[in-house]
Amino acid sequence: MAKAKKSREGTVMVLGGGIAGVQAALDLTDLGYYVYLVEKSPAIGGVMAQLDKTFPTNDCSL
Amino acid sequence: MVEAGRSPNIEILTNADLISLKGKPGSFKADIVQRPRYINADDCTACGLCTTYCPRHQEDDYNEGLNITRPIHIDYPQAVPATYYIDPRSCLHLTHDTCQICVPVCQSKAIDFSQQPEEMTLEVGAVIMSPGFGRISEETLAKYSYGKHPDVVTSIEFERLLNPSGPFAGEVRCLSDNRHPHKIAFIQCVGSRDIGCNNGYCSSVCCMYAIKEAMVAKEHNPEADITVYYMDIRTQGKDFDAAQKRALDKGIKFVRAKVADIMPWGDHLRLTYSTLDGKHNFKPFDMVVLSVGLESPPDAQKLADMGGFKLNKYDFCATDTFTPLATSKDGILVAGAFNGPMDIPESVTQSSGAAGIAAGLIKKQRGKSLIHKTYPDEKEMGDDVRIGVFVCHCGINISSVVDVPKVSDYAGDMDGVVYYTESLYSCSQDAQEVLKDKIKEHNLNRVVIAACSPRTHEPLFQETLKDAGLNRSLFEMVNIRDQCSWVHANEPDAATDKSKDLVRMAVAKARHIQPLPEQTVPVTKSGLVVGGGIGGLTAALNLADQGFNCALVEKQDTLGGNYKKLDHTKELIAQVKKNKLVTVYTNSELQQTSGFVGNFSSIISSGKGAKVKETTLDHGVIIIATGANEHRPETVLGNTVKYSQNIVTQSELALQLEGKGKSRAPKSVVMIQCAGSRGDDLNYCSKTCCTTAVENALTIKKINPDSQVIMLYRDIRTYGYAEDLYQEARQKGVLFIPYEMDNKPSFAEKGGKITVSFFDPILQDDITMNPQMVALSVGMVPEETDTLSKLLKVPVTADKFFLEAHVKLRPVELPVAGVYVCGLAHSPKPVNEIIVQAQAASAKAAMPLVKGYVTVDPIVSNVDKGTCIGCRLCTSLCPYQAIQMVKDENNKPKAETIVASCKACGICASHCPTFAISMGGFTNEQINSQIEAFGSGIKEKEAA
Repeated sequence: MAKAKKSREGTVMVLGGGIAGVQAALDLTDLGYYVYLVEKSPAIGGVMAQLDKTFPTNDCSL
Repeated sequence: MVEAGRSPNIEILTNADLISLKGKPGSFKADIVQRPRYINADDCTACGLCTTYCPRHQEDDYNEGLNITRPIHIDYPQAVPATYYIDPRSCLHLTHDTCQICVPVCQSKAIDFSQQPEEMTLEVGAVIMSPGFGRISEETLAKYSYGKHPDVVTSIEFERLLNPSGPFAGEVRCLSDNRHPHKIAFIQCVGSRDIGCNNGYCSSVCCMYAIKEAMVAKEHNPEADITVYYMDIRTQGKDFDAAQKRALDKGIKFVRAKVADIMPWGDHLRLTYSTLDGKHNFKPFDMVVLSVGLESPPDAQKLADMGGFKLNKYDFCATDTFTPLATSKDGILVAGAFNGPMDIPESVTQSSGAAGIAAGLIKKQRGKSLIHKTYPDEKEMGDDVRIGVFVCHCGINISSVVDVPKVSDYAGDMDGVVYYTESLYSCSQDAQEVLKDKIKEHNLNRVVIAACSPRTHEPLFQETLKDAGLNRSLFEMVNIRDQCSWVHANEPDAATDKSKDLVRMAVAKARHIQPLPEQTVPVTKSGLVVGGGIGGLTAALNLADQGFNCALVEKQDTLGGNYKKLDHTKELIAQVKKNKLVTVYTNSELQQTSGFVGNFSSIISSGKGAKVKETTLDHGVIIIATGANEHRPETVLGNTVKYSQNIVTQSELALQLEGKGKSRAPKSVVMIQCAGSRGDDLNYCSKTCCTTAVENALTIKKINPDSQVIMLYRDIRTYGYAEDLYQEARQKGVLFIPYEMDNKPSFAEKGGKITVSFFDPILQDDITMNPQMVALSVGMVPEETDTLSKLLKVPVTADKFFLEAHVKLRPVELPVAGVYVCGLAHSPKPVNEIIVQAQAASAKAAMPLVKGYVTVDPIVSNVDKGTCIGCRLCTSLCPYQAIQMVKDENNKPKAETIVASCKACGICASHCPTFAISMGGFTNEQINSQIEAFGSGIKEKEAA
């Protein structure tokens, strides 16, 4: 198996792409860092993406 | 989510597992294996044709297995990345080497069964662990007949049943026979507060989500008869009690009871429960929802071993009260439910805080890998209107209903349209190249695309316009899929007509659209923190850690606030004093602030009387950390309170317990919870009092095990791990007795003798006793917020706490850009949560400072000063304080938009009595021409 290497300064790995991971990744880019967002399932969003409306604004959670 | 998918600086590695993690802050090496999707992300257009043809069924995990999907699918249409995938567990080709029907079906040739797992090593400076939470085991759920009866569902299954994209398209139906359930029971604390399954902790979120689900179920069916069975209702979060009250008002019933079992009973379920008075009751239900708790993630131990950090006894990540986001390994941070059960706002807050700390750790590497995209110069517009119209088939999503060639030809006949075409997928990579070429070839200066939703695809097309040298505002999108072909699937002719109408209107608008400048405003790279308690100190130090100057303003003559006596606070104060980037102003108050995000100017007044000194500071951001104070109500539950040696608050009791000698612990004490909170005097729950009271009770029992401690409560809210303390207190003999608001306890002190009376629901009798002491759990009130609220023009709640911009997704930002809040000024909370919030607020505040400028969305409002009559209606209505009054050359007042603060909501423009305000991209001219174009179509039809 070929092994790729990603070597850059100023990067952060976020493990888990639920609401917490996504928020951390977005904030890190705004603070000046490149982010690898590592998620085990085929899509990010986690459990929040399964929720209907969220309290108290009843916003769609997507 | 979409934002993360679009950011050039976030590389999303899905289907990826961490294999090993080694290193130290600044240089970690992470080995990752990415499992194949069997579909090329670059080619997949998410059209869905493959799923329609796939012959195999499998359970739909996204819908909790409540309906079926196919091995080749996407979880939901808005998924990021919007790429289908093949589930290797059930795909016929991957399990039996047959089928492959999908391969020729896919028109963009995206399916690739030759994909292999890819291994890669990431070299990173810091790591944030946010793996989320795990599920309560089936074994625990089986105790509630889950798995034995289909109408016993988990709360997450119920969530899917409520969801319009769920198994019954948003209809709640019994899984046994598809009937609509009329009687629904919620059972709280399933897999939480349950030593039987080794989850002694409270999951903190279930009460609130059960209330939400019950309310949404009521919206679906107002006649539904819903009962929530609970031990304690733990709605301790900001404004959560109000939500429970709304639920009660809607007729949702709450019963304090232990559920014994759930058994099938004809085609119903029979629920057996026992109430406090010791009675057993039975009730029939159509559906029972289990409010399942949050478990540690299944791979927690593996992650901890790889990362070299510790877990706590419940297998969540171990963290310390004063460093709540740090794992035990330097450089590895933790955020979200892996750091203990928590709700969405708290997860979001933790994420921002962890991002800020990570940023501080590797600040020397800041910006080194950031990708800044560059674009060609915008070309001259010229005088001619040259519109290009592109109509999309979206595979067959649109073209199976709408006659796309007809719509495209129709557009070709319209004024100003110089080019028109159709495309199979306008959003595909090659279509972007075509779009760029056509803009150049035909010298287009406006583009109309009739396709899907602008919500998902407008930014992509605007990006392409920019690549082609066109301003991104010269774009108009028409949604002929979601709003046309999908909803009118059975009326192809009418749908085609509607598509024509929509395209005609868009072209009419496009004739009037103009390029709008992308504005940026420079930023003063320093911060101002108001309040020098534990929150303010943490926030100021964090800003300094990230390399920014910061002024810390404290009203009192010393720093430290409520937590002055903690060693951690003393340490923070020492650090702040040492830090060259932080300037401390004690005995000082914020007098005046003007300006806007990135460019504030404030006057600080220091000292008192004749010696008052004023300092003017320029700063880019403001963090409010003004805190709260102990509430001292004069009446508690209808009893007049005379505070004395023997009638004390919990904090006074704690002070007394700090001394020496056995006598410092009272021989008998009655603690009264919610003394002045939750509608007694204050409307809200003060969140910390239950835990504080339990801690005091335990200290008393430790000093003198023979002391009698009785706690009168409404709901014990020792959420999270504090539940352990509550259990311990019960084991040590502290008596917990609930009271109701229609039968309140009474207490009085007469001649040094205290008398307390209350109703004991277990004995079913009134009790009168004479304890040595009464300790009142009095809650907290925010430090005066009105002045600051007026000064900074930021809103407060009815309870006088600062109101955040978005309760869930922007929990530390205030609606005015550049102003942030943390700590008790936001809402009551314990010290670890204050620290997290301070870390989050400083991370958010650092963002404009890091960037050095603020970008402004071009669709902001714009005042025509000639037409403006200076009536100030717009300034009074603007929710973001983004309009200021200025004097024109004739000294007349005129409104002016502060573009950096404007959110383009359009309230000002819609209310301006002289139509002096227009919104970029939504001018009156543009909207009127759209409406006229719609009307002209009707006229044409009538004439025909």
